[in-house]
Amino acid sequence: MVNGKSQLLLNRAWLSVFLMLIGCLLTIAQAQSGTNTVEAVVSQDAFTELIHQLRDAKLRKKPALVKQLGELQDTRVEAVLQALLDGRLYYTKDDRRAVVFKENSEKGYRITDVVSGTLIGEIGKRQAKKIGVNNTLRRILRSKLAELKLDSDASEERLKAVKALSQKMDARLGHLLRDRLPGEEDDDVRAVMSLAIAILDVRGQDTGLRLDAIEILATDLSSNIRNTLNDLLRTNADGSFAETDKAVLEAATDALKKIDRQVWLYGLVETLFFGLSLGSVLALSAIGLAITFGVMGVINMAHGELMMVGAYTTYVIQQLMPNYQDSFILVAIPAAFLVSALLGICIERGVIRFLYGRPLETLLATFGISLILQQTVRSIFSPLNRSVSTPSWMSGSLEINSVLSLTLNRLYIIAFALIVFGLLLMVLKKTRLGLQVRAVSQNRSMAKAMGIRSERVDALTFGLGSGIAGVAGVALSQLTNVGPNLGQSYIVDSFMVVVFGGVGNLWGTLISGMSLGVANKILEPFAGAVLAKILILVAIILFIQIRPRGLFPQKGRAAED
Amino acid sequence: MFSMGLLKNDLGGRIIFYLLAAAAILVPVCNLVVPETSVFYLSSYTVTLVGKYLTYALLALALDLVWGYCGILSLGHGAFFALGGYSMGMYLMRQIGERGVYGHPILPDFMVFLNWKELPWYWYGFDQFWFAMLMVVLVPTLLAFVFGWLAFRSRVTGVYLAIITQALTYALMLAFFLNEMGFGGNNGLTDFKDILGFNIQSDATRVVIFVLSCVALAAAYLACRYIVESKLGRVVLAIRDAEDRTRFIGYRVERFKLWIFVFSAALAAIAGALYVPQVGIINPGEFAPLNSIEVVIWVAVGGRGTLYGAIAGAFLVNYSKTLLTGSLPEVWLFVLGSMFVLSTVFLPKGLVGLFSKDGKEDE
Repeated sequence: MVNGKSQLLLNRAWLSVFLMLIGCLLTIAQAQSGTNTVEAVVSQDAFTELIHQLRDAKLRKKPALVKQLGELQDTRVEAVLQALLDGRLYYTKDDRRAVVFKENSEKGYRITDVVSGTLIGEIGKRQAKKIGVNNTLRRILRSKLAELKLDSDASEERLKAVKALSQKMDARLGHLLRDRLPGEEDDDVRAVMSLAIAILDVRGQDTGLRLDAIEILATDLSSNIRNTLNDLLRTNADGSFAETDKAVLEAATDALKKIDRQVWLYGLVETLFFGLSLGSVLALSAIGLAITFGVMGVINMAHGELMMVGAYTTYVIQQLMPNYQDSFILVAIPAAFLVSALLGICIERGVIRFLYGRPLETLLATFGISLILQQTVRSIFSPLNRSVSTPSWMSGSLEINSVLSLTLNRLYIIAFALIVFGLLLMVLKKTRLGLQVRAVSQNRSMAKAMGIRSERVDALTFGLGSGIAGVAGVALSQLTNVGPNLGQSYIVDSFMVVVFGGVGNLWGTLISGMSLGVANKILEPFAGAVLAKILILVAIILFIQIRPRGLFPQKGRAAED
Repeated sequence: MFSMGLLKNDLGGRIIFYLLAAAAILVPVCNLVVPETSVFYLSSYTVTLVGKYLTYALLALALDLVWGYCGILSLGHGAFFALGGYSMGMYLMRQIGERGVYGHPILPDFMVFLNWKELPWYWYGFDQFWFAMLMVVLVPTLLAFVFGWLAFRSRVTGVYLAIITQALTYALMLAFFLNEMGFGGNNGLTDFKDILGFNIQSDATRVVIFVLSCVALAAAYLACRYIVESKLGRVVLAIRDAEDRTRFIGYRVERFKLWIFVFSAALAAIAGALYVPQVGIINPGEFAPLNSIEVVIWVAVGGRGTLYGAIAGAFLVNYSKTLLTGSLPEVWLFVLGSMFVLSTVFLPKGLVGLFSKDGKEDE
């Protein structure tokens, strides 16, 4: 057999001949004799020969051909196999040339020649026929491709390749990996390689080697590794272990225990993460309520609808900025704040200011407003749910290891909730408005006597609370669909958060939101989502009996009615 | 007469009383005796519709008793109504017997559908009418007792109470939506056949239930009027206006509140039990917090703290709802929402406040 380098040279030579001929072909304009010459010349190339066989072969013959192709030291092989795997490998019906169809175009397919790598042009859909694949072939293709990618320049590609190969290790692959391990520069790839080799070693005969391998395996949490270890602990029909080596058995048991402990721990971290992300949504939707409820004694049942308005603002902004799918959200946040805040101020000036000192009446009036807002939105945007797309930088997930991956949008929501909370705290503690708000909430008439225009403060406070509801709506639009009932589904929850945390206490709201979120997620696996929610509600009802004013009640005179 | 003595100083009550008496006599005649071609003929649809309003009025009356007279804003009265309705529904389900779609002699259809083999223990006894009627009152009052005892003992008042009653009905709604609870899940209980051996679809049965609803409403009205006129009622009023002072005088405030709350829950439950055979279905949607809040608006629109105002409000709001949801469904929520806003801002005493002579004196 010819060695790799000269084969490559040969290929290049043939390639140039072929290219020249293609050129002639275009000028000669489809002369019958020309086509024949091309076929005659090209068929002498091993790569082309295999491609042609692949085109004509029956499905069950194809695996052998793919294997042969994989052994060719040819740069074109990877692209062909990938195209075959993706179902993009076609051949033209008229001259039976194997082509890769690149993309759909107006006329049909835009195609490239496999052998020459040149763009041929566009052909109609009926003029090309797909080269068939089935699942068996796909499996083989994947492993062949992984082998080819072991020598890729990008470390990510190599990592993926090794991972794919480690799914079914055999001696030949073991050699492949062992050869490359010392030369590998990337630490991650090295780790995965040694894991893959360890999977092989564990099945061997040498006890020392096997124990070392188990030690390596114990560092990883993926299911593949766990299966390998579980295989070692397989029992016979009579209950005795299939494995006779005591030391290996013991080591494998220990390793599995260690892995299980870690998996459990990471599971806990994941639950905590889910809980915190749910908690930040709850806290975000409740903070605004805590302000209006705590500071002004107003029970704003339209709070959920102000969140809905914020979510719809996000939707509208996205529709207005179709070319900025990644940055529209940065515009949407202030826009939603402003829209909801203005609406809130209107509600305060129009209705609520007539009802101060009658908290139960504000509850009814704002509930009426919530119905009107819902119906307005339903009339403008239709009752159908709208979906707001997530910016690309917010989708995807942060993979910590094989059992723990944190989705980015949840991570961003936690961060977002904390930022909003921090800003609000700053406003209340560091600004003039905040000072006035606190003064009015503690003693309205004394604040008035000191020259604070309490009506203005009321309107601004209500606007602030409503604006935060709008911002919470932006966050919600990234989690669920936006619909007229969006607010309603959160209103009971957010009231629970405020009541549980203690009215008029922002820290209490944050802590209660987070703890309710975590408690919900901890209960969910045991009780199911609905029952978990019921249990939480009942727990809060009982909790209120013990501490009627929440976790962190307001102290002093202001606390008395 | 005892009842007229009670209503001597209660013009609104007298009007309601006469109207109910007239309805109880005229409706059966107009529906059963008058021929269909006559202008005085009342269709069965109308009878059922008005019968439904009557049960709503009873529910509103129950809420007015606790909210208008005791200052307890319950946003969860729909829960007691629905529980009463479910108890009645369970009796009616058991009456179906072998006539269900699956023809199982004991298990209701939905249980056969869910592959249940045995009747859950809490369905036992509901084939007996007396037992079911006992449960109609007992289950909701027990819930009200436990809930009220806990809440009033630890002095949960005002807004907090309103919100936890809302949480209560919300939690019950979620629970009844679960199939595993054994109450028919999402679909609830429906497809009833007969009650005490009478066909539930027949005009005669409907008219009887209608008359019973009139009687129940009138009796409940008298009972409520009796309570608010009694010494207990005076204490309850005192609690509404100054809870702490009443406590300092020496009254056990929580006991009065609990008593009135439990009684009100029983009225709501009876309303629910009368509601179910007339509309023919009960499902978890009845527990929705929105429903309970709507009841509050009936009372607020009519005028709270008057008893007859609640009844008038229930009829008025529901009648306009029937009209509007039929002709202009998208306008209904606007109207309902505006009713909430306008009645709280401009009509703190409700519509009856417009007509009452002593309206000014109270303020």
